[in-house]
Amino acid sequence: MGTDRIGGTGGTGGTGGAGGTGGGTATAQAPPGRFEFAPVAGVLAREWALYRRSWRPTTFAAVAEPIIMLLAFGVGLGSLVGAIGGHDYIHFLGTGIVATSVLFTSMFPGLIDTYVRRVFQHTYDGMLAAPVDVRELVTAEAAWIAIKAGVYGCAPLLVAIGFGLPASPAMLLVPIIAFTTGFGFALTGIWMSASVPSIKTMDYIISGVITPLFLIAGTFFPIDTLPDWAQTVAKINPLYHCVELVRSTAFGLDPLADLGHFAALIAFIAVAWCLAVFQMRRKLID
Amino acid sequence: MLRNVVKRFGSLTAVDGLDLEVPAGIVLGLLGPNGAGKSTTMRMLTAQSRADSGEITILGYAMPRAAKRARALMGVVPQHDNLDEELTVGENLEVFTHLYRVPRSQRADAVERALRLAHLEDRRDTRADRLSGGMRRRLLIARGLVHRPRLVLLDEPTVGLDPQVRQELWGLITGLRDEGVTVLMSTHYIEEAERLSDEVALMAKGRVVARGVPGDLIAEHAGKTVEEFPAGPDGPAGMEDILRSGEIPTRRTGATLSVLRAEEIPDSLRDTLGRGDTRASNLEDVFVTLTGERVE
Ligand SMILES: Nc1ncnc2c1ncn2[C@@H]1O[C@H](COP(=O)(O)OP(=O)(O)OP(=O)(O)O)[C@@H](O)[C@H]1O
Ligand SMILES: [Mg+2]
Repeated sequence: MGTDRIGGTGGTGGTGGAGGTGGGTATAQAPPGRFEFAPVAGVLAREWALYRRSWRPTTFAAVAEPIIMLLAFGVGLGSLVGAIGGHDYIHFLGTGIVATSVLFTSMFPGLIDTYVRRVFQHTYDGMLAAPVDVRELVTAEAAWIAIKAGVYGCAPLLVAIGFGLPASPAMLLVPIIAFTTGFGFALTGIWMSASVPSIKTMDYIISGVITPLFLIAGTFFPIDTLPDWAQTVAKINPLYHCVELVRSTAFGLDPLADLGHFAALIAFIAVAWCLAVFQMRRKLID
Repeated sequence: MLRNVVKRFGSLTAVDGLDLEVPAGIVLGLLGPNGAGKSTTMRMLTAQSRADSGEITILGYAMPRAAKRARALMGVVPQHDNLDEELTVGENLEVFTHLYRVPRSQRADAVERALRLAHLEDRRDTRADRLSGGMRRRLLIARGLVHRPRLVLLDEPTVGLDPQVRQELWGLITGLRDEGVTVLMSTHYIEEAERLSDEVALMAKGRVVARGVPGDLIAEHAGKTVEEFPAGPDGPAGMEDILRSGEIPTRRTGATLSVLRAEEIPDSLRDTLGRGDTRASNLEDVFVTLTGERVE
């Protein structure tokens, strides 16, 4: 509908144009204040330039960590646990670790990279002097992190497949699930990074927020072994919905439940986006 | 461009009813002591700071509503460096061709042009954190020019640069003006303002206290000549009082008392005063008289 309106003023120049736009000359451009994708692409161009020189260590960390975790717990603990819900423990865990890998590769950059860029490097100040607004900036930063999470999140699944987890076509949805979850957690990280009074406060977030999210999500053990209250908490945890979705792609889809999980992730993104934009605007525009 | 603009930070009023119009195609020097509100004004022009009241219009766009469109036509060189340290010179420029939406086919040319402007052609692949201070400044300025803006905001562009680099930048700024670009430049350096600006606006405590062509401002506030007297033990204070009663402005610099509009000293006072060293009035005299502060 936004596009229609631009077409209207530019083409017909009738009543709508006379009443609405005072700008006159600039009808070919988007109306002021509109969300645009060109600035998002611009911010992504910067990320790409940075990534080109840092992809090696980034990739190593993002891939090696979940694999080490998977091998240590999966093989070690797996020999004690045996099977959960009819699945090999390492398969159960491998699917769960996709989610924790997404959590770590999205929440930490959202939290720390955006803090450093905003406070120490003043990168965002430079960008906001160009035709970019805070919404576009936040969206682009989170989208970039989510893209990486979407790609790197597949690593543990591939390892689990290597350990005999049968590959299924539904697994092709995993990058999308990982991207969606990563987008939400990146935004959450950005929101928190703009809310903390100093970088030292991050420790509270890491221990008080990230660790519980990581543990109470059904990654290492099914949440139905938890007390009722903890199960309720787990269901509010977006990571739990990610875990469930990834397991569905591996162990069999349940369309209705899965749509519910996906809807929960979308709602999570919507809330986190508003919080992140609001808080970043407060910090960047005075 | 700015009309009755007020900006407060808590109880501090940084910009206090500022009126400023920058005619197209000129270099306007914004002079003012530390804390006068120059940077805050610049930030309001890009809508990175929101005015509490007043109106700001840039190139026909009302701020902050149409800020993005106005910013597309503006080049901004901030007071504090915010280059991407981990990126090379070329990459820093390229990223901003994206942000400024330079069409894909023109990006490479835009980067080349900016490299030439900054005299950094042979540093294209150097990481920004390996550049000298002067090179960083030049890159920062070139970055604000990659998209051929119509209006350029320079916030103390030559701070901390050696005289030679500063002169180069002066050439660059004059070049911009010759191309018809409008330049708003804040500075502490009187000489810089005097040399480069078609007009200067003197800011103090969040307001413009004087505005005009440098020569006119000097004539109006400091007259033709200044006489400097050593402020001896037998009372420069008395001397000041006498002059003040004759409505002749004075200022002190350490042990020197400078008398502005010296050409207007009545003969009746000559006997008491004697004659000091006479020199032509300059913009610094105006600055100091109007803002009550010293400058470099
Ligand atoms: N974000 C902010 N929060 C609170 N106060 C601020 C902020 N930015 C500026 N100020 C205050 O506003 C006043 C004007 O500052 P501004 O930076 O605009 O001055 P300036 O003329 O650029 O000075 P300088 O020559 O030192 O750069 C100062 O008193 C400063 O402390
Ligand atoms: Mg300043």
